[in-house]
Amino acid sequence: MPELGKYAVSVLSAYGVSLGLLAVLVGLSVARARRVKAQLARVEDRQGRQHHG
Amino acid sequence: MASIWEYANPVKFIRTTDRLLPWISVAAVACLAVGLVWGFFFTPEDYRQGSTVKIIYLHVPAALMAINAWLMMLVASLVWIVRRHHVSALAARAAAPVGAVMTLIALATGAIWGQPMWGTWWAWDPRLTSFLILFLFYLGYMALWEAIENDDTAADLTAILCLVGSVFALLSRYAVLFWNQGLHQGASLSMDAEENVADVFWYPLLVCMAGFILLFVALVFLRTQTEIRARRMRALIAREGAY
Repeated sequence: MPELGKYAVSVLSAYGVSLGLLAVLVGLSVARARRVKAQLARVEDRQGRQHHG
Repeated sequence: MASIWEYANPVKFIRTTDRLLPWISVAAVACLAVGLVWGFFFTPEDYRQGSTVKIIYLHVPAALMAINAWLMMLVASLVWIVRRHHVSALAARAAAPVGAVMTLIALATGAIWGQPMWGTWWAWDPRLTSFLILFLFYLGYMALWEAIENDDTAADLTAILCLVGSVFALLSRYAVLFWNQGLHQGASLSMDAEENVADVFWYPLLVCMAGFILLFVALVFLRTQTEIRARRMRALIAREGAY
């Protein structure tokens, strides 16, 4: 850990806030991508069966 | 050579970005890891700003992407208005939350940095104020997409909002040049050697900026794929209801 002196709280909170926001953004993007992909596959599958059934 | 308009085809876009996404994601993570570790652990303190100079590795790349994300949305919106390619409208929609988070990071790290250096978290300085307005434009843009049910109408209206907001995106970039009375310093990264940051800070900053750009591209690709699939799903469900 580098010596941050009297500004340690400022520097660490800047890194904490930024990396936290980036992690939330990436996490939500990946989660929604998976959810929508699975939902679309279900709808396409359902419609495929209706057309062939 | 393939025309760029081929990628306006949703299937072609998804197939191409599927191939690129893993590489861009790995490159983004690698650049961010190298740049941030280099900047945080292996750079000295600044003689005036002390260790707060380490905030530059987050603040500057985030501010860079906050402005450029809006400019990317502007180009995509213009393509939608002129050529009516759905993928471009959906790419603009996909980029908005990424740009909003980048703007929020720039504002938050700026406030955290400003408190010890300027003695205040916030000032109604031209650059800070134009960045806050840009953030509000991002929120308004996302809210407008959610508020309108018809995708094409939403794309039209958000494209107009994007054109208007571009004024503030440009102001955010050039505010320190237009008005000289603010707290925020002028450009730190100009080509003018007298104004530029020292090399010891500059090289890790360059790697961090590359990381933020690659992260933005990866997220926009992923989120555009999601928007394309969501649009197709809405169309299929609507067709189901029509039978």
